Amino acid sequence: MIKIRYFGFLKEILNLEEEEIKWSKGNSQELLTFLRTRSSFWAESLSEENIFRLVINKKVIYETTPISSGDEIAILPPVTGG
Amino acid sequence: MFWVKIQEAPFDAELPNLDQKIQENNCGALVSFKGIVRGYDEKDPLDYLYLEHFPEVTEQEIERILQRAQGHWGIRSAIVIHRVGRLNIGENIVLVMVSASHRKAAFEASQFIMDYLKTEAPFWKKEFFQNGNSRWVEAKQSDIEQKKRWALS
Repeated sequence: MIKIRYFGFLKEILNLEEEEIKWSKGNSQELLTFLRTRSSFWAESLSEENIFRLVINKKVIYETTPISSGDEIAILPPVTGG
Repeated sequence: MFWVKIQEAPFDAELPNLDQKIQENNCGALVSFKGIVRGYDEKDPLDYLYLEHFPEVTEQEIERILQRAQGHWGIRSAIVIHRVGRLNIGENIVLVMVSASHRKAAFEASQFIMDYLKTEAPFWKKEFFQNGNSRWVEAKQSDIEQKKRWALS
């Protein structure tokens, strides 16, 4: 199992703060591909321009990274601080 | 030395102490920037802003920005305080203070830190308008363009 957390407007449009899914093996890109196949709504919500970065176990990743069972993933939409 | 704080409370009362804290030996320049909540964006009058962040990760990302600034400009110290939660019009939202030996480094590093805070640190703003509508603020292309001027090695 892995835990996925959503932030900002993604949390709101998906109406989902976090979820747990079964996961045996794969990388961050494969996780996004999997989530996008859920429906056209998910594909649109998690389009490339709606995703700024992924975070694995509270570390921001800057390139495709393996994800293992037990990991906590966060999906961050484009940021708007300052 | 870096200090990074994310907090709901105002930071105004802390300013005199922070001034003291950041002025180290041989610091010839101190630049301080405060960001304030504007009363309107485009045409609708704003009621208040709400800011969400990602605890722990936000602090790490800001530290990373400060380390890059230190690597490039050799700044001596930096303080970043960013507020989250509900913020009313006219309230301070962000504080950046940078000390360096000379003014050029302090000015440039503080601009760099602000440009990167806006485009790299995990904060998300939601606007609540006086007419009852609300919307998540979209990332601005102009902020992304601003960031591109810093082609740091």
